[in-house]
Amino acid sequence: MGKKNKTELWIALVAIALVYIVVIILEQTMSPGNILFTVLKKGAIYSLVAVSMNLLNGFTGLFSLGQAGFMLIGAYTYAILTMPVAVKLSDQVYKYYDCIIHFDTGILVGLICAGIAAAVFAALIGLPVLRLKSDYLAIATLGFAEIIRAIFQWNTLGPVTNGANVMREYKDLTSVVIPIINVRIPPTLFVFIVAGLCIAFIVLLINSSYGRAFKAIRDDEIAAEAMGINLFRHKQMSFVISSFFAGISGALLAMFQYTVVASQFKSAMTYEILLIVVIGGIGSISGSCIASFLYIALSEWWLRGLDMGKFLGIDAPGIFRSGFRRFIFSIIIMVIVLFFSRGLMGDKELSFRWLAKKLRRKRSGEAAAKGGGPNA
Amino acid sequence: MPENVLRLEDVTMQFGGVVAVNNLSLEVNRGEIVALIGPNGAGKTTAFNCVTGVYEPTNGIIRFNEEQIVANHPRGKMKKLYNGENAKKYVGSKTISPTPDEITKLGIARTFQNIRLWKSMTVFDNVLTAKHMRARHNVFSATLRISYAEEKRMREETEALLAEQNLLQYAGDLAVSLPYGLQRRLEIARALATDPALLLLDEPAAGMNPQETQDLGQFIVQIKDKYNLTVFMIEHHMDLVMQFSDRIYVIDFGKLICEGTPDVVQADPRVINAYLGVG
Repeated sequence: MGKKNKTELWIALVAIALVYIVVIILEQTMSPGNILFTVLKKGAIYSLVAVSMNLLNGFTGLFSLGQAGFMLIGAYTYAILTMPVAVKLSDQVYKYYDCIIHFDTGILVGLICAGIAAAVFAALIGLPVLRLKSDYLAIATLGFAEIIRAIFQWNTLGPVTNGANVMREYKDLTSVVIPIINVRIPPTLFVFIVAGLCIAFIVLLINSSYGRAFKAIRDDEIAAEAMGINLFRHKQMSFVISSFFAGISGALLAMFQYTVVASQFKSAMTYEILLIVVIGGIGSISGSCIASFLYIALSEWWLRGLDMGKFLGIDAPGIFRSGFRRFIFSIIIMVIVLFFSRGLMGDKELSFRWLAKKLRRKRSGEAAAKGGGPNA
Repeated sequence: MPENVLRLEDVTMQFGGVVAVNNLSLEVNRGEIVALIGPNGAGKTTAFNCVTGVYEPTNGIIRFNEEQIVANHPRGKMKKLYNGENAKKYVGSKTISPTPDEITKLGIARTFQNIRLWKSMTVFDNVLTAKHMRARHNVFSATLRISYAEEKRMREETEALLAEQNLLQYAGDLAVSLPYGLQRRLEIARALATDPALLLLDEPAAGMNPQETQDLGQFIVQIKDKYNLTVFMIEHHMDLVMQFSDRIYVIDFGKLICEGTPDVVQADPRVINAYLGVG
């Protein structure tokens, strides 16, 4: 059993390394304006937030819809912290307010603080909200997400959040530099590294003792409690960790977009993420990742032509006009839901078992051949 | 003087107008197998749920190893209307209402009447997860594999436990794919994984044929001796109850009607009346 798992693990690691190598090569060879990079970056960011939502919805069984709210907290925390002091004090961004935050931080500190800020909010919100179950929890978290958005747009907080106005001029993906050696990290690679590390943490968590406790709560709360798992503590933990990563992905999204504004983090964004989680398969990390890249590629790239009058070489501005993309997109989603009712991956993970088996057979074959050599 | 492991003192559980458990007092001594029997709806499972923290009793005290673990009175937290027997006895004393996981941590493990295994998990993971509570780790050390030694110990113990229960061959199977009798046994194994001193079994032989019931009885005696357990069980199979339990409590409509050794209980006319109706 152990050996089989090890081969699989190695194959998975090699596959992941290959993905990173491909990203590096692409970024060296293609022009940075290519749409592919938009898809890769946004896809990676959405993967992270989808996986963090899956940790809650799929693995702990908490149907929460607060993801956009926590992304907003992350995005704003990051923007406020990393905006250079000079910009804050001038009226480039804070046109109508006097910014009261007179310091700035580096990108890494900003990212971590973004996560922590979201996690702290989650811990506070979790106290009342996590006593609710199923649909009620969804409604309450959705409500809190909207409240967060309203608070960030509030005039009185303007000196911190710039009210309902756009935040910009903070450190974005083009300014990621490794300190001391002063090497610039390419934007897509940076997003992949951060998202990859975060997703790796979540995967490790899910496969740890705590992950099993989360699954126990999802499967049967009463049994979990009777076996000594403190329901509230574990739910709170899952909620806070999930929000931490939602905060980081919010910060990454802010970096990717160059500008960020509170009104973009509507509940529609949460539904978008929920859609990715459902299409990928509730309870499947690899499903969430695949689904988010597919979703972003479809909506940002492959189906773009449907809005522009041209699609797959067919020129029909009469049919293919603005809004047609959404129409096709809805049909695709319906087809997916009809034919993959449990999502693309169900609750399984992307498995390299077949490859592992093949490799092992080959190796044992070689060993047999070698062993047979001297005798023959 | 035998040593009490579990003692219920005047425990009452009232749901609205229904008194499910009425002024129930009983004790379970160390090393015994004690059965709680009674007709359907007598309040047996409710009594269990009061002990395990699922319900907060309306009145009364429950002690585990002479220590109060559950206590409540009509003027307590719930402010329930209750004027039955001993309603005034505990007024003014402090109330204790632990959650089920705190009870389990004290060393009381239970099984369920309708099997409640974790459906998406394998047999191995079901038992391993029950060890989570006693493990010395936190979420970071567990996630980052710093407490790998602890995880390894848990896995080895789980493997040993499954081997003892003859379940190791099913370790990789989904828990729900096991046949019914083995699911019952797995539930007991899972309860044992929490290192209990007292094991509460809620109808362990439900749905079993006489041979399986007989095997189960021997199994219970065997694990009791092996893990130094005290067993308190609810059961309807009279052959199991009469053959394997040291003492029996009989309740009907929430009230204790008889207690004693199997012979005493079998001969008691009140018990016969409760089960068969007054002749």
